[in-house]
Amino acid sequence: MADMNPQGRPLSPHLQVYRLPLNAYMSIIGQRVTGVAMAASMILLAWYFLALAIGPEAFATAEAVLTSWFGILALGLSVIGLWLHYFNGIRHLIWDTGSYFGGKAVQRSAYIGLAATAVMVVLTIIAA
Amino acid sequence: MVELALPKNSRIRTGKTWPKPEGAKNVRKFMVYRWTPDDGENPRVDTYFLDMDKCGPMVLDALIKIKNEIDPTLTFRRSCREGICGSCAMNIDGRNHLACIYGLDEIKGDVKIYPLPHMPVVRDLVPDLTLFYAQHASIMPWLETKTNAPQKEWRQSIEDRKKLDGLYECVMCASCSTACPSYWWNQDRYLGPAALLHAYRWIIDSRDEATGERLDDLEDPFKLYRCHTIMNCAETCPKGLNPAKAIAEIKKMMVQRTI
Repeated sequence: MADMNPQGRPLSPHLQVYRLPLNAYMSIIGQRVTGVAMAASMILLAWYFLALAIGPEAFATAEAVLTSWFGILALGLSVIGLWLHYFNGIRHLIWDTGSYFGGKAVQRSAYIGLAATAVMVVLTIIAA
Repeated sequence: MVELALPKNSRIRTGKTWPKPEGAKNVRKFMVYRWTPDDGENPRVDTYFLDMDKCGPMVLDALIKIKNEIDPTLTFRRSCREGICGSCAMNIDGRNHLACIYGLDEIKGDVKIYPLPHMPVVRDLVPDLTLFYAQHASIMPWLETKTNAPQKEWRQSIEDRKKLDGLYECVMCASCSTACPSYWWNQDRYLGPAALLHAYRWIIDSRDEATGERLDDLEDPFKLYRCHTIMNCAETCPKGLNPAKAIAEIKKMMVQRTI
C-alpha cells in the first residue's frame, strides 16, 4: 500500500464506520468463517476415523473427547456451519447464473437461507 | 492485503465541539471527519450543531451551511447538487451516498459524515481518487472498432440500446468501489465494481468490436475475480445501479467463451 500513497496521507476509516448490510454478514460468516471452521472440524473427523482404525483404546479416547462438552460444542457448531455454508453456497450458485440480483431479491434469499439453515440444524440434531 | 485496523497516522481523535446556535429550537448534531495536511496531527471528528429550521433538506445543504456559517475551513467536493456530477460522494450514516440527493430525514439521530472508506485522504471529506480513475481508464471506456467508420453514426437497434440501460447512468462517484471489502483489501490489483460495470457497458455494446480483447484483459485472478458477490456495491449505489450483476454477467461470458 505504501507505493499507492506516496504522500503519506491518512487512510479513511472503513470497517470502523461502515454499516455492513445483511448480505455482507452472510458473506463473511456464511461463506468464509464457516468454510475455514469446517476445514478445522474435518481434522477432528479424520482423527475420529483414524482412532477407529487404530484400535479400541484409541477409539475410547476419541469417543470421550467428542462426547465431552468441548466435543458437543464443536459438533454443534459444525452442524450449523455445514448447513449455513451449504445454503449460502446455493445462493452463490444461483448468482453465478446472473439471476436473483437486486436489493430485495438478495435480502429475501438471505432470509430463506437462514430459515432453511435453522430448520435443517434442528432436524439434524433430532435425527442424531 | 486485509488490514482490519487503521494505520497509526489514520486513527481518529475526538475533535472540537462547536457552539450550538443561539435561540434555535430544532437543533441537530453533525459529526464530521476532519484532517488537514498542515499541522501533522491525526484525523479528528468535529461536532457541529445546526438549526434545522434554517437548513435545506439534503446532507449537502447542511455541509454548505456549516462551511458558510460556522467553519469555513471544512473541505468537501460538490458541484451539480442534483446527483449527476458524482462529486459529493461520502460515507453518511455508515453507507456511501451522494450528499446532494441524500435527505437528512432519511437518517435517524446524529448525522455522521466520513470520507469514502479506505481511501487516502487529501483533506477532510476529499479522498484521493487517482487510482480509481486510472482503473476506469484501463478498461478502455470508449467505442473500439475495426471496420471503417460509417458515413453517419454507428447504428444500433432499439433492443441493443436497451442492454445499456442500468449501466450508462453511472456517474463515477466511487461510492460502490469504496463500499466493497474486496476493493478495500486489494485495490492495488482488483479493478472494483465501478470500473467493472463500465467494462461490461462496453463489452455488451453491439457497436463495439473489441469484445475478445476486453475479456482477455479482465481474465485475471485479481482484476475481475476478487468480486465475491458481497454486493455492498449494489446496496449503496446512489443511482440504484447493480455493479454486482454486471460483474456476474462478465464472469458468465468468460465461461461461455470457453465452451
